[in-house]
Amino acid sequence: MPEQQVISAEQVQHLAGLARIALTPDEIQHLAVELGTIVDNIRKVSEVATADVPATSHPIPLTNVFRPDVVGEVLTNEQALSGAPESADGRFKVSAILGEEQ
Amino acid sequence: MATAHGSAELMDFDEVFETYEPVLGFEVHVELSTKTKMFSAAPNEFGSAPNTNIAPVDLGLPGSLPTVNETAVRYSISLGLALGCQIAKSSRFARKNYFYPDLGKNYQISQFDEPIAFEGSVEVELEDGTTVTVPIERAHMEEDAGKLTHMGGSTGRIQGAEYSLVDYNRAGVPLVEIVTKPIYGAEKRAPEIAKAYVATIRDIVRSLGISEARMERGNLRCDANVSLRPRSKAGEEPAPLGTRTETKNVNSLRSVERAVRYEIQRQAAILAKGGTITQETRHWHEDTGTTSAGRPKSDADDYRYFPEPDLLPVVPSAELINELRAALPESPAIFRRRLQADYGFTDSEFRDILNANILVEMEETVKAGASPAQARKWWLGEILRIANAQGVEPGTLVTPFNVSELIALVESGQLTDRLARQVLEGVVAGEGSPDEVVKARGLAVVSDDTALIAAIDTALESQPDVLAKIRDGKVQAAGAVIGAVMKAMKGQADAARVRELVLERSSKL
Repeated sequence: MPEQQVISAEQVQHLAGLARIALTPDEIQHLAVELGTIVDNIRKVSEVATADVPATSHPIPLTNVFRPDVVGEVLTNEQALSGAPESADGRFKVSAILGEEQ
Repeated sequence: MATAHGSAELMDFDEVFETYEPVLGFEVHVELSTKTKMFSAAPNEFGSAPNTNIAPVDLGLPGSLPTVNETAVRYSISLGLALGCQIAKSSRFARKNYFYPDLGKNYQISQFDEPIAFEGSVEVELEDGTTVTVPIERAHMEEDAGKLTHMGGSTGRIQGAEYSLVDYNRAGVPLVEIVTKPIYGAEKRAPEIAKAYVATIRDIVRSLGISEARMERGNLRCDANVSLRPRSKAGEEPAPLGTRTETKNVNSLRSVERAVRYEIQRQAAILAKGGTITQETRHWHEDTGTTSAGRPKSDADDYRYFPEPDLLPVVPSAELINELRAALPESPAIFRRRLQADYGFTDSEFRDILNANILVEMEETVKAGASPAQARKWWLGEILRIANAQGVEPGTLVTPFNVSELIALVESGQLTDRLARQVLEGVVAGEGSPDEVVKARGLAVVSDDTALIAAIDTALESQPDVLAKIRDGKVQAAGAVIGAVMKAMKGQADAARVRELVLERSSKL
């Protein structure tokens, strides 16, 4: 157990909302502790990593891997829609959503 | 939740500036005209049948992995350079997480803290020739989202929709998003600056050849941020920035100007009554010329960006940057000055062209063979008239190539100006090329002298008094005969040729 709670129940609730996951109060408490432990462990790593260690998002030091701008294979409309629970007019059918493009 | 359109109270535009100062900001999305998508080899093509231009990556199918389009990266760097930006030594993609069915993955691959280009500025020329510098914060690469069509419900708008249909053809199309810094000091010219800025971005991307930049097709989309703050007195610290709104769905230059003007007036009316501005997205409604409230912007906008683990950093070499810098076309301002000189137009003649947003159309029409004077006459005359009547940009009505064809038909005598206007009407209505419209509508000038002479002889014989006058040398009397012949020809004759023939026949009859 970390000495202090680094992830609050409110933060877990907020994240669950963003991820569209319904959680019970018990689950929220439980996850707050678990996530707190993970964050705490990672914090220990950052104690070791000094300023001269650059942040990295990829373990292999590769850059500039590109694809030439040449048209390749595409899915047929039937293939594209084959996994759709519902479709109409060659398009995916989804329930109306009160929202908008981001 | 949403306010009924058009119900908002507005303050008189000029009155706003007695108390408030507007601050602007823009996010312009540019769709790149690459052959393939940003992260897949599916074609980047407008107008295909729904869900036919898609690869597994574009649907976010499990196990599919994105690959970076090299041309899209080159285009983005070129655009960054043209915007006077620094190009990142190392640039990275990031995931922007959100739930909305316009992307199948539940995230958009974008860039966050390491954009490809940053810290630039753009010189924007206004209608009177003065120049405003718009500071650019960043230009970053990302992918476009799919297109949703909301079905059912009484209005067809989102609120009444029963379901939505999704076409992912556009999902993954390469985009560059250009973000300005806050633009201060715009004052009453704010709406004009907004329009001129977007026009300048359009001209830049067109001159680079990296986007079709057709706003009506969504190749270029503008989100306009507007906020007001109290005007500070001389010597005072400027007031902190007011709460801003972000108006989306602004899909023409004219709309950009109108939307900014509307938001300034709307916000001022609220503030003057002691109200507060809600930080929110607003939708522009072209038909009513108003904005309406959309989704509130708040802490809920937590996109949890993180570095895209499926893609590697882009590290542009100095060689690449130098190569692209050397290949940059002249800036739109220099291009305009050169074109004006080439065309031999006066400042005011040229300014009319700029203000009507037909420079590119003019250039292409002249390239296709028309004289600058004729191209100007048609674009600024009949085409602009129809465009204004329909409330659209002239360039959306007819292609420059068709205009040059029309001009060629007039110059070769196959059409009179009057007939050419009818042909143009047909072209605008989608009846085909000028040649096709001429054939389909039977509009060609009667150039067969036999037919004209027959009509002239009939007219002269039925008006012997006129014939006598003409023979006496009173050629102005020929007008009556010419009129009768033109009527008989249903206007499809060249009046000058008819006149020639009338005088000729008068001496022979």
